[in-house]
Amino acid sequence: MKKLIVIIVLALLPLAGFANESVELESANIDLTDHAAIQRGAKYFTNYCMGCHSAKYVRYKLMENVGLSESMIKGNLIFDGSKVGGLMKIAMPEAYAAESFGAPAPDLTLEARRRGSDWVYTYLKSFYTDPSRPTGVNNKVFHNVGMPNILWELEGIKDPVYKYEVHEGAEKVAEFDSEAEANAMVKEKGEGFRVEKVVHGFSKRTDGKLSDEDFDQAVRDLTTYLTYISEPMQLERQHMGVWVLLFLVIFTVLAYLMKKEWWKDVH
Amino acid sequence: MSLMSWIDERFPATKVWNEHLAQYYAPKNFDSWYFFGSLAMLVLVNQILTGVWLAMAYKPDANLAFASVEYIMRDMDYGWLIRYMHSTGASAFFIVVYLHMFRGLMYGSYRKPRELLWIIGLVIYLAMMATAFFGYLLPWGQMSYWGAQVIVNLFSAVPFVGDDLSLWIRGDYVISDATLNRFFALHFLLPFILAALVFIHIVALHKVGSNNPDGIEIKKGPKGNRWSDTAPADGIPFHPYYSVKDIFGVGMFLIFFAAVIFFIPDMHGLFLEAPNFEPANPLKTPEHIAPVWYFTPFYAMLRAVPPMFNSQFPGVIVMFASILIMFFLPWLDRSPVKSIRYKGMLFKVALAVFAVTFIVLAYLGMQPSTPTKTMLARIFTGVYFAFFLLMPIYSKMDKTKPVPERVTE
Repeated sequence: MKKLIVIIVLALLPLAGFANESVELESANIDLTDHAAIQRGAKYFTNYCMGCHSAKYVRYKLMENVGLSESMIKGNLIFDGSKVGGLMKIAMPEAYAAESFGAPAPDLTLEARRRGSDWVYTYLKSFYTDPSRPTGVNNKVFHNVGMPNILWELEGIKDPVYKYEVHEGAEKVAEFDSEAEANAMVKEKGEGFRVEKVVHGFSKRTDGKLSDEDFDQAVRDLTTYLTYISEPMQLERQHMGVWVLLFLVIFTVLAYLMKKEWWKDVH
Repeated sequence: MSLMSWIDERFPATKVWNEHLAQYYAPKNFDSWYFFGSLAMLVLVNQILTGVWLAMAYKPDANLAFASVEYIMRDMDYGWLIRYMHSTGASAFFIVVYLHMFRGLMYGSYRKPRELLWIIGLVIYLAMMATAFFGYLLPWGQMSYWGAQVIVNLFSAVPFVGDDLSLWIRGDYVISDATLNRFFALHFLLPFILAALVFIHIVALHKVGSNNPDGIEIKKGPKGNRWSDTAPADGIPFHPYYSVKDIFGVGMFLIFFAAVIFFIPDMHGLFLEAPNFEPANPLKTPEHIAPVWYFTPFYAMLRAVPPMFNSQFPGVIVMFASILIMFFLPWLDRSPVKSIRYKGMLFKVALAVFAVTFIVLAYLGMQPSTPTKTMLARIFTGVYFAFFLLMPIYSKMDKTKPVPERVTE
């Protein structure tokens, strides 16, 4: 039997390598116990995001769980006269958003669970100028996204820095800063080789209201908030889980001892 | 005592208790693989109980379903716990049942006189798959929607009647509110049929008696043990021996089950898939559609078959055949012994290769297809069927060991 298990495990090892696909995402490095961060994130969300995006499965009241009082929620987070116990809906009709931006702005309640916190964090920091787009910006993580860079005023304006990669089939063989060098290589190598222009990094054109560090923190706060609302009971369930597991371990040990006692006369 | 005899005169309570528990003699040499039968019943009870409570707040309506699930997760007291118990329970059910079936393969539990027991078990498995399929649509997320779309479309590959058949299943030209409503009705009904089938499975089991890791018929061995002169010498009463042992098994299982529920309920996208956190959108096809992990071995076989005569039907046939072929297992195995303990190298290797094949196919079924992966899926589909179709040959050629008279400790 043990042999069988070893064979199965060995046979599956190569599969483990396939499983990871490389997506260059920055770590959001969030802390869900940081209530202040969730509160600040809620402020950014209601001020910047809720013009277009709803969080329609979340009640404003949820913020009471992270230390805001009813009057603080009313005064700082609700701008449309909603009730504190009401859902975070928006006034913009989906059809209007679809017409303006090409697609209705998705509800963000579950966005952090749908795509991951790191994705949200990196996405919000990956806008760059692109005159070919109707919004004037493009995004490195979400190519040709319909959303404008709503946080530009905090972040400033960023231009893309390109790299020129030489590909042979699906494989990247070289990388150049200048297009001419890459073209030269393709010319020399001949058929099967091509140049791909990729956004490698960004250069600041103008500064925003916040320093780079402060902006990172703001995006981190927003990501923390979005992660929190995507599964508000996450910490509660983990906390409860520790006690449940502790109980089950004791229960199982006792069950084992009971089994041993009963089985004494069988062996 | 007088109350009990009052009842017994009217309903055979004591008789049933004795026949199925206190005086049901099971072989004394069960190993840990024998936990999975009772665990499957536990998970079924978990699914029915949590399911009924979910149904109290769930709304089977295309406009309300997704929001009602979020209502359960956020606003209902411990709704998240009930829902995670149900979603994790679905996967746990299949894990436990796959291990239960593998136990049967190892110890030859499908062999005479347990052919019907095996077949009833497979009917349970089919009912489980149907229940899981209907249930997966209910959260009305993107993967729910498109997964159902893909599977129901399979029926449209049936020649001549296909389009009408899939239309009849959906109740509409696409997966829609009508489909959701009927899937909810069927998802609520099937578990009770499942419970009835489990009852029949146990009745059949208690008729023929349990197999054991040695594959020895204890009923054919010597008679007489401490409890009865006529009972098999190698048997012990199910209650209290196996009831207390199963409580320990339940504890072990619940540790893993709770660890998933409380710490990784989405199991990195395997138990709750990321696209399902987005509401169903009939106008937006996800980049990659794959069924939940427990269906992927069969999905991989479906995709492995190339279309023939402009039809996907051959793939559909292969997929259904991959399940139907299991029904013939009792007659495909020609080995003189039941248990892997006394079977030879040929069968052991075949079973190990089969287990690996099933897992590799499960993996391939989750992945977007590439030429290499399709080729791999074809090879492993071949291996899957070869395990069954060549069994009459290799199980006969296999060099078996002599089986002892009595069960080993």
